[in-house]
Amino acid sequence: MSLLSCRDLNVKIADTQVCNNLNLAINASENWAILGMNGCGKTTLLHTLAGLLPTLSGEISLNEIQLNNLPRKEIAQQLSLLLQHQEDHFPGSVLESVLIGRHPHLKSWQWESDDDHKIALDALALVGLTDFSTRSILTLSGGERQRVALATLLVQQTSIRLLDEPVNHLDIHHQHDVMKLLTSNNNVANVFVLHDVNLAARYCDHALLIFTDGRTIQGTCNEVLTEQNLSELYQYPLKEITHNGQQWFIAG
Amino acid sequence: MRPLSFIILLVIFSLILIFSSLLIGSVPISFQTVWASLTNSRGASLIITELRLPRTLAAFATGALLAQAGALMQVLVRNPLADPYILGVSGGAATAVLIGMLFGFSSAFGLTGLAFVGALIAMFLVFVLAHQKGTWTPTRLLLTGVVVAAGWGAAISLILTLSPANNLHGMLFWLMGDLSYSYSVSFAFTALIIGLVLSMLLASQLNILIRGDKLAATLGINLKQLHIKIYILASLLTAAAVVQAGSIGFVGFIVPHLIRLTGLTDHRFLLPAATLGGGILVLVADTVARTIIAPQQLPVGIITALIGIPLFLFLLQRDAKQ
Repeated sequence: MSLLSCRDLNVKIADTQVCNNLNLAINASENWAILGMNGCGKTTLLHTLAGLLPTLSGEISLNEIQLNNLPRKEIAQQLSLLLQHQEDHFPGSVLESVLIGRHPHLKSWQWESDDDHKIALDALALVGLTDFSTRSILTLSGGERQRVALATLLVQQTSIRLLDEPVNHLDIHHQHDVMKLLTSNNNVANVFVLHDVNLAARYCDHALLIFTDGRTIQGTCNEVLTEQNLSELYQYPLKEITHNGQQWFIAG
Repeated sequence: MRPLSFIILLVIFSLILIFSSLLIGSVPISFQTVWASLTNSRGASLIITELRLPRTLAAFATGALLAQAGALMQVLVRNPLADPYILGVSGGAATAVLIGMLFGFSSAFGLTGLAFVGALIAMFLVFVLAHQKGTWTPTRLLLTGVVVAAGWGAAISLILTLSPANNLHGMLFWLMGDLSYSYSVSFAFTALIIGLVLSMLLASQLNILIRGDKLAATLGINLKQLHIKIYILASLLTAAAVVQAGSIGFVGFIVPHLIRLTGLTDHRFLLPAATLGGGILVLVADTVARTIIAPQQLPVGIITALIGIPLFLFLLQRDAKQ
C-alpha cells in the first residue's frame, strides 16, 4: 500500500504543462527527489500533491483514500509540507512557531500539553536550535529560520513529508545534517524538491525529473540520474564522476 | 512576566481607571459619593449614574471592541497596519448609521444592525476589489482598504451635506467619536463579550493563520471557513463600536501592536489583552477629551488620532527600514 499516490495526474500552471498523466506511488521509507529547471512547476506539483491546489484531471490518494474526500485536518495528520518561503509579518517566539505544528493533533479547544512542548523542544534540538526557543523569529538568519520551519514540520509527525527546497539558505554542514535527519526515519516517506543533484544522488533512492514541456521521467536514482537525462533536464552539459563508489555530477 | 499575570494586571488597571474616571470631571465629586452611586446606596449622585458612568463604560467598551476587531483584521489581511478605520470598515458602518439617522432611526438595535450591514459591505468591497487570480496579497488589501475608506469619507460628507441643520451637530459629533451621544452601553458590552468568546474559540487557529494561508492549510485549517468567521466577527465588533462612538481611528491598530511589543504574541492571550488595552486607551483618551478644556468637551476621536498618527508613521518607517 502506498502512502501517497497519484493516477493520471494532469497539472498546469498558467501556460506551463507541469505533468500529464503522471502516475506516482510513494511508499514508506522511500526518499524521492523532484528535479527540474526553474519554473517547470516543481512547487506547483508539490502543492497539488498536498491538496492545496486543484487538479486539472486525475486523482491523488493518501493511504488509498482520495485526497478530495479527506478534511484538511486529517490530511495534516498524515502529510506535511515544508513551504519554500516563510511569511513573517508578525513577531513571535521560536517555540510558539514550532508548536503550531502540533495543531493537527489537538482538538480546537485544547492547549498544547507538556508532551507537545517536549516534542517541540526535541525537534529544535534535532535541527541544532536548542537555545533558540525564546528568540523572536524576526531576529533569525535565513538558515536559522529555515531550520525553525523544519522543526515545525518535524513536530507534525506525519508519515509523508513533502519538502520544497529543504536546504534553502543552509550552509553545507547544515544541508547534510538536515538531509541525514530527514532520511533517517524508516517509517516515513520524503519527497524533496532539490536543486542540488548531488544531494539527490546521495540521500534519495527515487527521482522524478520534470522537463519544461511537461514530460516526466521517474525511477530509482540509479536508473534515472544519468549524464544524458540530467544534461537534457537542465539544458546544460553535466558530467558524471564516481568517487569511492558514489556518483557525482558536475557542470561540464 | 507570565501572560496570565499580565492580563490580570490589565483587569485591575482597567477597574482602577474606570473608577478614577468617575471621580474626574468639571463638577468635583467625592470618593464616597462615587462609591455610593456605584453601590446604589444613599448619597448617590445623578451626575455619576446618568452621565459619567454610562460614558465611562461606553468609552471602555468602544475601545475594547475596536482593539479586538483590529487584532482580528490584522490576522485576516496579515498586515500589522490593518484596523477597522484604515480598511474602511468603520467608514462603511458609519455611512450606514448616518443614512439611518437621516431617515430618523434612533434605536441602538436598529442602528447596530445598519452598522453591521455597512461594515460587511465595506469589508466585502475591499476583498472583492483586492482579489486577484484567486488570491489576495496583504499589501494590495491594505491599499484597497485605504482607497475605499476615502470613498466612504466622501459618502459621509455627502450625507452630512444633505442632512437638516438641526441634526447636523449631533451627527458630526457622533461621527468624530463623541461618547456623550453614545447609545445603549449594555448592548455594546453584550457584543463585546460575545465577540470575545467567539474570537477566543478561533485564537489557536489565528496563531497559525498569522504565519500565512498556505502554512495554515498544510496544518489542517479550513481557510475559507476561518476567513469568513473572522470577517463576520470583525465586522460585528466594528459595527458595535461605530454605533457607540462613530468612526474612531487608530485604536484597532495601535493596541494589538503595543501588546505584541510587550512580547505577548499568542492570540489566546493577545486577544483578551488587546481587548482590555483598547478599553483602557479610549477611556483615558475620553477622560482627557472631556476635561482638557472643560466645560467644553472634545470628541475622543481627536485624542486617539493625536496619539495614533505619530505612532503609525513611526511604525511604518521602522518597517520600511527592516
